Amino acid sequence: MPYRSHVSDHSYEASIFKFRAIVAAIICILMLGGLLMRLSWLQIVDYAHFANLSEHNRIRLMELPPTRGLIYDRNGVILAENKPTFHLEIIPEEVEDMEQTLKGLAEIVTISDSELERFREQWRVRRSFQRISLRARLNEDEVAKLAVNRHRFPGMDINARLSRHYPYGKTAAHLVGYVGRINQSELTVIDEGNYRGTTHIGKTGLEKYYESELHGQVGRQNVEVNAQGRVLRVIDKVASVSGNDLVLNIDIELQQIAEEMLGELTGAVIAIEPHTGAVVVFVSNPGFDPNLFVHGISHKNYDALQHDVDKPLFNRAIFGQYPPGSTFKPFLGLAGVEQHHFGPRESLYCKGHYLLPDDDTERKYRDWKKEGHGMVDLTKAMEQSCDVYFYELAYRSGIDEMHDFMARFGFGERTGIDLLGERKGLLPSTEWKKRVHRTVWYPGETLIAGIGQGYMLSTPVQLAVATAALASRGEKIVPRLLKEVHNSQDDTVKIREPSRTMINLRNDNHWQLMFNAMKKVVHGNLGTARATGWGMKFKMAGKTGTAQVFGIAQDEEYDEETVAKKLRDHALFIGFGPVKDPVLAVAIVAENGEHGSKMGPISRDIIKRYMEKYAKQ
Amino acid sequence: MRSSSAQFFDSDYQSKTSKFLQVLHIDPVLLAGLLILMACGLGILYSASDGSIDIVYRQLVRLAIAFVVMFFVAQIPQHQFYIWAPWFFALGIILLILVLVAGDVGKGAQRWLNLYVIRFQPSEMMKLVTPMMIAWYLCEKPFPPKVTSLFISLALVILPTVLIAKQPDLGTALLVAAAGFFVVFFGGIRWRVLFGVIVSMLALFPVLWQFMHDYQKQRVLTLFDPGSDPLGSGYHIIQSTIAIGSGGIYGKGWLNGTQSQLDFLPERTTDFIFAVFAEEFGIMGAIVLLVIYAFIIIRGLYIAANAQDSFGRLLAGSLSMTFFVYLFVNVGMVSGILPVVGVPLPLVSYGGTSMVTLMAAFGMLMSISTNRRLVAK
Repeated sequence: MPYRSHVSDHSYEASIFKFRAIVAAIICILMLGGLLMRLSWLQIVDYAHFANLSEHNRIRLMELPPTRGLIYDRNGVILAENKPTFHLEIIPEEVEDMEQTLKGLAEIVTISDSELERFREQWRVRRSFQRISLRARLNEDEVAKLAVNRHRFPGMDINARLSRHYPYGKTAAHLVGYVGRINQSELTVIDEGNYRGTTHIGKTGLEKYYESELHGQVGRQNVEVNAQGRVLRVIDKVASVSGNDLVLNIDIELQQIAEEMLGELTGAVIAIEPHTGAVVVFVSNPGFDPNLFVHGISHKNYDALQHDVDKPLFNRAIFGQYPPGSTFKPFLGLAGVEQHHFGPRESLYCKGHYLLPDDDTERKYRDWKKEGHGMVDLTKAMEQSCDVYFYELAYRSGIDEMHDFMARFGFGERTGIDLLGERKGLLPSTEWKKRVHRTVWYPGETLIAGIGQGYMLSTPVQLAVATAALASRGEKIVPRLLKEVHNSQDDTVKIREPSRTMINLRNDNHWQLMFNAMKKVVHGNLGTARATGWGMKFKMAGKTGTAQVFGIAQDEEYDEETVAKKLRDHALFIGFGPVKDPVLAVAIVAENGEHGSKMGPISRDIIKRYMEKYAKQ
Repeated sequence: MRSSSAQFFDSDYQSKTSKFLQVLHIDPVLLAGLLILMACGLGILYSASDGSIDIVYRQLVRLAIAFVVMFFVAQIPQHQFYIWAPWFFALGIILLILVLVAGDVGKGAQRWLNLYVIRFQPSEMMKLVTPMMIAWYLCEKPFPPKVTSLFISLALVILPTVLIAKQPDLGTALLVAAAGFFVVFFGGIRWRVLFGVIVSMLALFPVLWQFMHDYQKQRVLTLFDPGSDPLGSGYHIIQSTIAIGSGGIYGKGWLNGTQSQLDFLPERTTDFIFAVFAEEFGIMGAIVLLVIYAFIIIRGLYIAANAQDSFGRLLAGSLSMTFFVYLFVNVGMVSGILPVVGVPLPLVSYGGTSMVTLMAAFGMLMSISTNRRLVAK
C-alpha cells in the first residue's frame, strides 16, 4: 500500500470514525427510546390492566419435595427411615402480644439467644401470615408441655416435618451412611429442578451411592394467592414421586453379633455369600452415630469424632489397607500346586528359619516358631501356618508370577462394592516397584511378600471377596450391599443380578486340597485356630493371620499405654463354612488384636447363626 | 501529532486530583458513571433478595474484585492489547474447543472448563478477545476495508460465535457476535454493504432456525404468545411484564414491589432484576436508570473517538457498543420484546462471571483513554 497517503488516510479514518461514533450514539439513544416506549406502554397505557393483575388473583408455583426412600435389611428391618421432628413456629398476625408470647414460651422450652435473634430478623422482613420457626427439633417432653399450654399462646404452632433417622445408629453407620444439608459444591452437580425444595442429600455410604434411587421426583402445585401472598386455593397439583426403597443383603442381627464380638477392638468384619456376592455382614468398628449429622453436627461433636484415637469416621472395611499376613497363604499355596512349584504331598524340612539360596549375607528369615515345624507338606504348612514352607514356595515362584496369580483373586484391584471411594490395596510386582520406587526388586522382598507382609496390602473387603472366590471354587463375585430396589410408583422390584468372573484352575482337585488344609486349621490337632473348632457342630475352613505393626506415624501422639496397645500385631482371620457346601465366607481384621486365632469364634458364630436362619430351607 | 500540543495545554489546567487519577490511568467521568450505576444496583439487589444483607455483601465483594481487575487492566498500555490480540484469540479458540470436548456440564450446557483450581468460562473471555482480534486485523488494513478484509473479519467473528452457540450459550454468542460486528462497523464498512449484510442476515434466519435447540425455539415462540405456555417458558415473561406494568409511573416504592417480594418473579436477583426495579420505581426510575447507562455508553464512545490510533478507536468503540447490547437485550427480554436469552443486566444483576469481564472491558477503555495523554507528555 502506498505510504504517502498514510497521514491523510489517518485523519480521514479518524473523521469517519467520529461520524460513525455519533451515528452509533444516536442509534443507542433511539433504541433506548424504543425501550422506553415499550415500558411506557406497559407502565402507563396498560397500567390499569397490569395493576389489576398484580392486585388480584395470582398463580404461584410451589414445589412439593418428594419423600426419601427407606432402607431395609434383608428381612425388612428398617435401617433408615423418615421420622417426624417437631418444630415450634409462630404465625405473627395471630399473636396478640409478641413480647409476652416470647417470654412465656421461653419459660416452657429453652430458646437460645441466637434462635431468638434469628426469629426477630425473620419477623421483621417476612409477611405477618408466614410461619416463622422459633425452635427446631423439640423433644417429646417439650412437645407435651407446649401442647398443654397451647391455649395461652394464640399464633403458636407445633409443626411436624420429616427428617432422616437411623434407628440402628452406629451399627450400620459405615454402610448406610447419612444425609446432610446440601452444600455449595453439591449444588453444582445436582439437577436443580428436581432438588428444588429438597434440603438434604446423601453424604456417605449407600445414602450417597444410591442417591438417585432414594431421592424421588419433585412435584409442583399451582396455588392462587391474594395480594398479600396468602394462599387462597390449590388450582392444580402434580404430586411428588417418593424415592425408591432399598432392600439390602445385610442381616442386621448378624451385623450386631459381629459388632458385639469385636467389642473394643477396632477393625472390620465382612461376610459374603460366595455364590451371589450378597454382603451379609459389613462392620467397621468403631462406628459413629449418623443421626448427629442429619441436622448439622455441632462443632464439639465433630471435633470429638475427628480427634478420637480410634478414628470412628474411618470406614475400615473399604478404606483400611492392611498386610494380609498369613491369610495370604491359602492363595499362595494354591498357586504353588497349580504352577507345579510344589507337589500336593511334597514336603520340606522346617528348622525354624530360612536362608535365601545364593545369598552371601546369610540373613535368616525366621519362622514364627523358633524350633521349627519339622517335615511339612502343604496341608501341614497351612494347618500350622509354617512360614518356611511359604518362603521356599515364594522363592520358587518369584514375585511376578505370584502377582499374576493373586490378581486373579482380586488383590490389588477394587472389588466394585456399591460404596464410593474404595481403596485398591497393593499387590507388588517388579514392574510396580520400578515405577513407584524406581529401584529393582530384591529377592528377599519376595520371601516377605510370600507371608503376606512387606509391601502387600489389602482391604477387608478384598480379603472377603478372595475368600468367597475360594469357597465357591473359583466364582469371583462383585460384592453387593444392595439386594433389590422397590419402586415406590408401581411396586415393581428391581433385583441386582450377581456379576462374577470365573477363576479356572488347571486341576479342580486343588480346590478340595485347599479346603481340607483350611479345615485342618480349625479342626486339626495342631491347627492354629483349633480352639475355635472345639465342639463345633459343622466343619469350617479357615486361616489365621497376624500382621506385624511396624511403627507409629510420627505426627501421632499417644500416651505410653496406648503406644503399647498400638504396637500390638493386627489379627486377621478368613474362613468359610460349612466345608461341604459353603454358605458364607468371612474376613476379619482386628487392629492390634494380637493373634488371628482370637478372631475364629467371630467367624464361627456368624456362620452358625446364618445357617440357623437360612440354610435349613 | 496534532492533538498533542492541545493536550499539553489542557493538562496545565487540570486539578491535582485529576492529575492523580491520570497517573492511575483512571477516567474520572467513566468512573463516576460506573459508581452511580453500581450504587443503584446494590440498592435494588437488596430489595430483590428480600432484604438479604448477605447477598448484598457478597455482591459488594464481587464488585470490589471486579474493580481491582479494572484497575489492573487500566495499567496495561494500549499497545500491549494490540500485541496480545492474536495470541489470546488463538488461545481462546483452543479453550472453546476444549470446552466442547471436555467441558463440565452445568445447567444442561457445557460452558465451564475445570482447571481444578478454578472453573473457567472461556466464552466469557471471548467477549473481550474477539473485538481485540478484529481490531488488530482491521487497523492495519487500508481504509475503507476491502471486501476480502471484510470476509476475513466475518470469519473471525463467526468462528468463536458458532463455538459458543454450540455449548449452547445463545446469550454470550450474541454478545461476542455483536462485539465483532461493531469493530467492522467502526472500521468503516460502506453503508450499502452494511445494509446488504443486515438484510441477508434476516433472510438467513429461517436457516438458523433449523440449527436451534428446542428450548431456544420455544423461547422465541413464547415471545410472540407468552400465554401459550403460562407455567413453562412463558411464565418468566408474564410475571415480569406484570411486575413492570403494575409499577406505573412512580412505582410501588422501594421494598414494596408485590410481584417481586412475593416470589412471583423468577430469577429476580439475576437476569430479571430490571423488572424489580421497574416495579418499585416506575417509569420515572427506569428513565433515570437508562440515562445512567446512556451516560456510560456515550462516554465510552467519546473515549473511542479521541483514541490515539485506529486500534484503540475500534476496540473502545466496540466495547462501548457491546455494553449497550447487554443493556438492550436484557431490558428487551425482561419487558417482553426480545426472547429470553441469558443476558444479565450489566453491573446490576447478581453474579460474578460477567461482572469481571465487563469491568475488564472498562479497564481497557480507561487504558485507551489515559494512554493518549501520557504519550502526549
